[in-house]
Amino acid sequence: MIDKIQLWAVIIALGLGTYLIRFSFIGIVGGRPLPDWLLRHLRYVAVAVMPGLVAPLVVWPAANGGETDPARVVAALVAFGIGIGFNSVLGAVFGGMAGLYLMQFLIG
Amino acid sequence: MSSQEQQSPTRLAPAFWRGYRDCSPFILVVAPFGLLFGAVATDAGLDLLETMTMTIFVIAGAAQFTALALLQDHAPTLIVIAAALTVNLRMAMYSAALVPHIGSASLLKRAFASYFVVDQVFAVSVKAFDFGDDFSVAQKIAFIVGAGSAIFPFWIGGTLVGAFVGNAIPPQFSLDFAVPICFISITAPMMRSLPHLAAAIVSIAAALALAWLPYYLWLLVAALLAMVAGAQTESWLRRRRA
Repeated sequence: MIDKIQLWAVIIALGLGTYLIRFSFIGIVGGRPLPDWLLRHLRYVAVAVMPGLVAPLVVWPAANGGETDPARVVAALVAFGIGIGFNSVLGAVFGGMAGLYLMQFLIG
Repeated sequence: MSSQEQQSPTRLAPAFWRGYRDCSPFILVVAPFGLLFGAVATDAGLDLLETMTMTIFVIAGAAQFTALALLQDHAPTLIVIAAALTVNLRMAMYSAALVPHIGSASLLKRAFASYFVVDQVFAVSVKAFDFGDDFSVAQKIAFIVGAGSAIFPFWIGGTLVGAFVGNAIPPQFSLDFAVPICFISITAPMMRSLPHLAAAIVSIAAALALAWLPYYLWLLVAALLAMVAGAQTESWLRRRRA
């Protein structure tokens, strides 16, 4: 059993802490100008975090016991291809999921 | 709607709904993920008030799962908090990246918008602000709030349903894979630019190579390396053109 006092301490600290992390730079830096070298790095935050965030989910999916699943790798490539080729997020999402179901059907 | 209306910095509703629309594919991600959290939290012995307070107050799936697992292992309170907050440290990078966009808004507006800065909202915001139309600062705030409004009800509602009925989605639907698919779909069009592509390749390689690090530290290191790769490629391209 989880101790209730410990649980509430974690809920409150995690909620406040997470909010403060989100607020951190937006709140403290505010409208002050940032140096060019920093802006040059910040332009790449999204493409620096998101691909790394999903790479292990594609290569070692927990739903497949952490083993590489060819169907998921192909589906990820289909989504990437549609996304970069047609700049369509919805197309890439549905194409990727359709690719996954089709591959799972074909491979069995 | 005329293009003049869309560009007017005082028109907030279109920006809100644009954010709402851009983020709505992620409903496919957050609803099943919320369902799973509700089910796992209830199995771990949390009552409805505890589960819902955590999900509404924290709004960060991976950190919530980390905290829950450590609590069940009877880890010390400070360890649970530190580990779960480490999982969320990537959001400090989101916060920094949003400074050039919304930093000049009033403190109250910045404090309000900060609550909505989750992975999905950040991804669609950067795509819209850096690769799309011109938005005023106020419109960017409206966009962020709109994007969050698209998915937060489904994260919270998913948790509520999961707490009552358990994880009701059969594994055959492979909805776990909606997470990578949605993030790939959002970021793929950014790869048309060489520095962005370089950053993404370094991010993937480093994340896979460092996957043994705990508490998403692998992601922090991979992201920092990838940002350097993007910035260096950009400088290199500029020097070559000059």
